[in-house]
Amino acid sequence: MSEAAATSVAPADGVSGLVDDWTADKQAYHVPWGKAMMWIFLVSDTFIFTCFLTGYLNVRMTTTEPWPPQSEIFALSFGGSEPIPLILIAIMTFVLITSSGTMALAVNYGYRRNKTKTIWLIIATALFGATFVGMQAYEWSKLILEEGVRPWGNPFGAPQFGSVFFMVTGFHGLHVSAGVIYLLWVARRIWAGYYDKKGFEIVEIAGLYWHFVDLVWVFIFAFFYLL
Amino acid sequence: MASSDTAGQQHPLGIYYQIWILLFVVSAFSYAVDYFDVQGAMRWTLVIVFMLVKAGFIIAIFMHAFWERLALCLTILGPPGVLLLLIGFMAVEGNYTEGARFEYMGHDPDKVALTPAEYHASLSEDHGEGGAAAEAH
Repeated sequence: MSEAAATSVAPADGVSGLVDDWTADKQAYHVPWGKAMMWIFLVSDTFIFTCFLTGYLNVRMTTTEPWPPQSEIFALSFGGSEPIPLILIAIMTFVLITSSGTMALAVNYGYRRNKTKTIWLIIATALFGATFVGMQAYEWSKLILEEGVRPWGNPFGAPQFGSVFFMVTGFHGLHVSAGVIYLLWVARRIWAGYYDKKGFEIVEIAGLYWHFVDLVWVFIFAFFYLL
Repeated sequence: MASSDTAGQQHPLGIYYQIWILLFVVSAFSYAVDYFDVQGAMRWTLVIVFMLVKAGFIIAIFMHAFWERLALCLTILGPPGVLLLLIGFMAVEGNYTEGARFEYMGHDPDKVALTPAEYHASLSEDHGEGGAAAEAH
């Protein structure tokens, strides 16, 4: 915009023009650099998860074995009741959405420079995240020990069910675990006063990562568990 | 309130609460699709619509894409958009592979998966085979 008006020399064409455009002192993104870099990381992460889900789509379509019934495999009964279909996954979804909400509030209070509320909201987010991982650990052990699901086979149907399950939910669980550590680290640095002068963009940057993890779960929930 | 030195995203709290509640409600709808055992095209439509609504609000409001400048939005959303091509190609290819397998390899297209209840019942019939351990090799 204003950069173009300030330039007195006409920009070069061709390859040298290309080099000029990418090396001159121009700012494409009017956001803190950390935020731009986090977005670019998240775009690359989108590609990884899309590759997993597209691979899942392909094996799910090409396998001639019937796909195992997720709704019943992930059912849970409480105190000897009838198994409630997919209930554990539903609770995990709500836990993750709750954590996304507390994170959004943390970002907001960060910009209001309310450090106490920001720190506690980040800690709450991390606790919900840890709860999610805990429930996932329970889900994995139940599937491995009680149902005999393995990456190479399972008693119910297509063996690809196991490989997709461990790969996709495992990679997502790693992201949540890394996010919990990241959030606690950010909370500690806020508490130590590290951002008092720098500003609290860091909360928004950490928040972007956390919302992304929730976003990926939205797609896993729909494609792997519901469809 | 907002100090002038912050270039960041500062919005009223109310919108976050609204979107938070909305995400809860739409997630409950998605779960209801499974709970009430909606099947067929209706299941696919509902699950994908609810998924896109949730994803859209998370990106737009929680991740603030709605308020970002176009240059950043296109950087974020443009490249993943190309992935739709990959998904489309893999779907076409997968469809062909599946058809070829049924056609030439003699698989049974009407085979039904075992449910966990049936599996555990079959285990207690021929006891001696120890559950998961039997599947592990």
